[in-house]
Amino acid sequence: MFDYETLKLVWWVLIGVLLIGFALTDGFDMGAMALMPFVGKTDNERRVAINTIAPHWDGNQVWFITAGGALFAAWPMVYAVAFSGLYWAMLLVLFALFCRPVGFDYRSKLENQKWRNAWDWALFTGGAVPALLFGVAFGNLFLGLPFRLDELMRSSYEGSFFGLLHPFALLAGVVSLSMLSMHGGAWLMLRTDADLHARSRVATRLCALVYLTAFAGAGAWLVASIPGLTLADGINTGGAINPLSKQVAVGNAGWLANYSHYPLTVIAPVLGFVGALLALLGAQLNRAGVAFLGSSLAIVGTICTAGFALFPFVFPSSLDAASSLTVWDAVSSQKTLGILLIVACIFVPLILGYTLWCYTRMWGRLTNKTIEANPHGLY
Amino acid sequence: MISESVVDLSRLQFAVTAMYHFLFVPLTLGLAFLLAIMESVYVMTGKQVYKDMVKFWGKLFGINFALGVTTGLTMEFQFGTNWAYYSHYVGDIFGAPLAIEGMMAFFLESTFIGLFFFGWDRLSRVQHLAVTWLVAIGSNMSALWILIANGWMQNPVGAEFNFETMRMELTNFGALLFNPVAQVKFVHTVSAGYVTGAVFVLAISSYYLLKKRDLAFARRSFAIAAVFGLASTISVILLGDESGYEIGDVQTTKLAAIEAEWETEPAPAAFTLFGLPNQEQQRTDYAVKIPYVMGIIATRSVDKQVMGIKDLIAHHEVRIRNGMIAYGLLEKLRHGDKSEANIAAFNEVKKDLGYGLLLKKYTPSVVDASEAHIKQASLDTIPDVFTMFWSFRAMVASGFLMLVLFVLAAWASIKRNAENKPWLLRFAVCSLPLPWIAAQTGWVVAEHGRQPWSIAEVLPVHLSTSSLSAGDVMGSLLALIAFYSLLLVIEMYLMIKFARLGPSSLHTGRYHFERDAVAHTVKA
Repeated sequence: MFDYETLKLVWWVLIGVLLIGFALTDGFDMGAMALMPFVGKTDNERRVAINTIAPHWDGNQVWFITAGGALFAAWPMVYAVAFSGLYWAMLLVLFALFCRPVGFDYRSKLENQKWRNAWDWALFTGGAVPALLFGVAFGNLFLGLPFRLDELMRSSYEGSFFGLLHPFALLAGVVSLSMLSMHGGAWLMLRTDADLHARSRVATRLCALVYLTAFAGAGAWLVASIPGLTLADGINTGGAINPLSKQVAVGNAGWLANYSHYPLTVIAPVLGFVGALLALLGAQLNRAGVAFLGSSLAIVGTICTAGFALFPFVFPSSLDAASSLTVWDAVSSQKTLGILLIVACIFVPLILGYTLWCYTRMWGRLTNKTIEANPHGLY
Repeated sequence: MISESVVDLSRLQFAVTAMYHFLFVPLTLGLAFLLAIMESVYVMTGKQVYKDMVKFWGKLFGINFALGVTTGLTMEFQFGTNWAYYSHYVGDIFGAPLAIEGMMAFFLESTFIGLFFFGWDRLSRVQHLAVTWLVAIGSNMSALWILIANGWMQNPVGAEFNFETMRMELTNFGALLFNPVAQVKFVHTVSAGYVTGAVFVLAISSYYLLKKRDLAFARRSFAIAAVFGLASTISVILLGDESGYEIGDVQTTKLAAIEAEWETEPAPAAFTLFGLPNQEQQRTDYAVKIPYVMGIIATRSVDKQVMGIKDLIAHHEVRIRNGMIAYGLLEKLRHGDKSEANIAAFNEVKKDLGYGLLLKKYTPSVVDASEAHIKQASLDTIPDVFTMFWSFRAMVASGFLMLVLFVLAAWASIKRNAENKPWLLRFAVCSLPLPWIAAQTGWVVAEHGRQPWSIAEVLPVHLSTSSLSAGDVMGSLLALIAFYSLLLVIEMYLMIKFARLGPSSLHTGRYHFERDAVAHTVKA
């Protein structure tokens, strides 16, 4: 069907699509839960917030799970090196995510207020912690991670969890937390009314401002002082490659090289800014649709900004540049990539179709009255 | 070399997380179909009681499902976190069914489950019924894909080792899909899930019948569970997993260990009903045998032989020696000596490369292994016989007890006299743990029986781990056990609370506790 080189590129795009799909869908439910204890003052308001995402969070979360599965299948080396290296960060994300399925389903099963408050904070953790840590992980990609590969392709990681907390990475964490919270705030504006809606507007505005500052700051920092990697010419991108056989140069222009080679890619960071400004405007003018569109664009822009800067690298090493994993050498065989592409071409449109159907079926503003009338049927 | 404690701790962590996960999965598989059946009856008859059944059993389904999702998250990512070399070595094949599972099954199941719970007022009856069926189909499809992945670990077909990339690569997707081991595993496992769902509904309905509460509701639930359970139990027993045990060295070894068959016996072999396997002495103490039965169970024939453990060890020793040659050639190839002759020689013996890797436990360079190492590695190819022998018997005994239960329950349903048989109702209530005992011991047989391999004949467990410290894995293991146990306690609390409350928890005003409340209010 496609040659190996094209397939490798297609899978870079597809992994990006899965990540964006995850951030657009699961992003708003995580963001909404990160805001929930603050924008929802009463139990009823919190139930309204939770029930706007009740029918959708599980389907949304599958974007994350499928991204994990696709990473395993298409970039097994990245799946192996990243998750074992970032062991404690990954576990922290998982433990935070553990709180969600049980939190949603169990919270409102008992009337007890202490029980409900405890689950509210569990849901907050399940939203805020992964949102923060995904950004920290992305930030660390730019700094490189302390791993190397041996002759038999076994990776050893020489860092620790606390080593990940470099200020730049933390700033990247603020970018992603504020971005997803802005998205969640815009979602709550769309689906709620009264006080909860008003507080969600304030939260969306605040998160948009934080995002704009942090995104600009991280960009400036990257330009100013973070060295990037450059892949030497002459590697056979169309073949099966041993990652250790490549030549990698460490240079100052590294992470910006793609932007100067392909000026059109500058659209990505621009989209990040424009999107957040739109979200800010939407919240200001109380136009929830505009705000949600804006936060969605900001997400697409931000993820593309990172992807374009790093390309062709996907998991750079700070210890041994040659061990860095790229789209050319961390991938599965041509056969596997081809089969998975066919499966994706069939199922992704189907998934988008029925997901959309579910959203339209459940659409509408949730009010305090709906919740009060339904003490047992809803979350 | 990788420290033994990291390997053991990683194995323990996988076992704990997988076994926790499988407390919830079989109930999801079975209840999803029961819900779909109940709702179909509702749509066809229009009787409110069936809708109440879907809603009430659906509530319990939800409590269970939440923990299934929670514990499932770990499963998707821990190959990467804890089994990094495994992920690199076989990700090209093993990752594919996981990715497809996400796209084909998880999305379906998880997207529609929201509508199942919250869409009652927003969907037409038929639409909602379709949603429930899609949830059931989605959860079963996910079982299909994960068991294709697991079946490949037991019988790695359709793949070949590539020395350039130092990993296994997919050569035949069809073979992976139609792997006979995966096929029998799928049927056996989902049927076991249906049995779990049926026992669950049957036991709790029996409790209401014993308490003489909500009789119309309980009677109908009992009948549906009895019939569905009987069909499923027969399917589990007839389509037992061991029908896939003739294929490949590791499956054969598993079978010999299950039977504690030390010597190859003339066909059909006897079944050891009781015994205390003694691995050191390679014999079974106090054995009580039934002639012919095991040969028939294992090979579904009277003339095929089941190979004994001693012969298997000798056979594996030959493969280990071949594997040493393969490893030597691989080193040459990796160091750039890629002559035609080397490649040809390597291809000749590479099917035994995995056996050579077994020696890595004793010597990093493999080719210099001593005779003692080789002997020890050959003995390593046999899993713990005592565990295998007794896990299998616990599973089978639970299975047959459930068969008896469902035969009696189905008969009572046909005769419409279950309520008059308190002994049967008590038997049903006491049977509640049986499907879980069977499922857990069944997985012990399947996965402990795979030892010392993570991928049969290809990759030993002790090479599969991540480069973590024992402290890291110990820490995560303890944290997982603590958190999972806490969640399990909460889950059990809610489950018991709502099961006791019964359909009154729906707040329709039609059931036992509410009618009492109404009666009290009226009196007052």
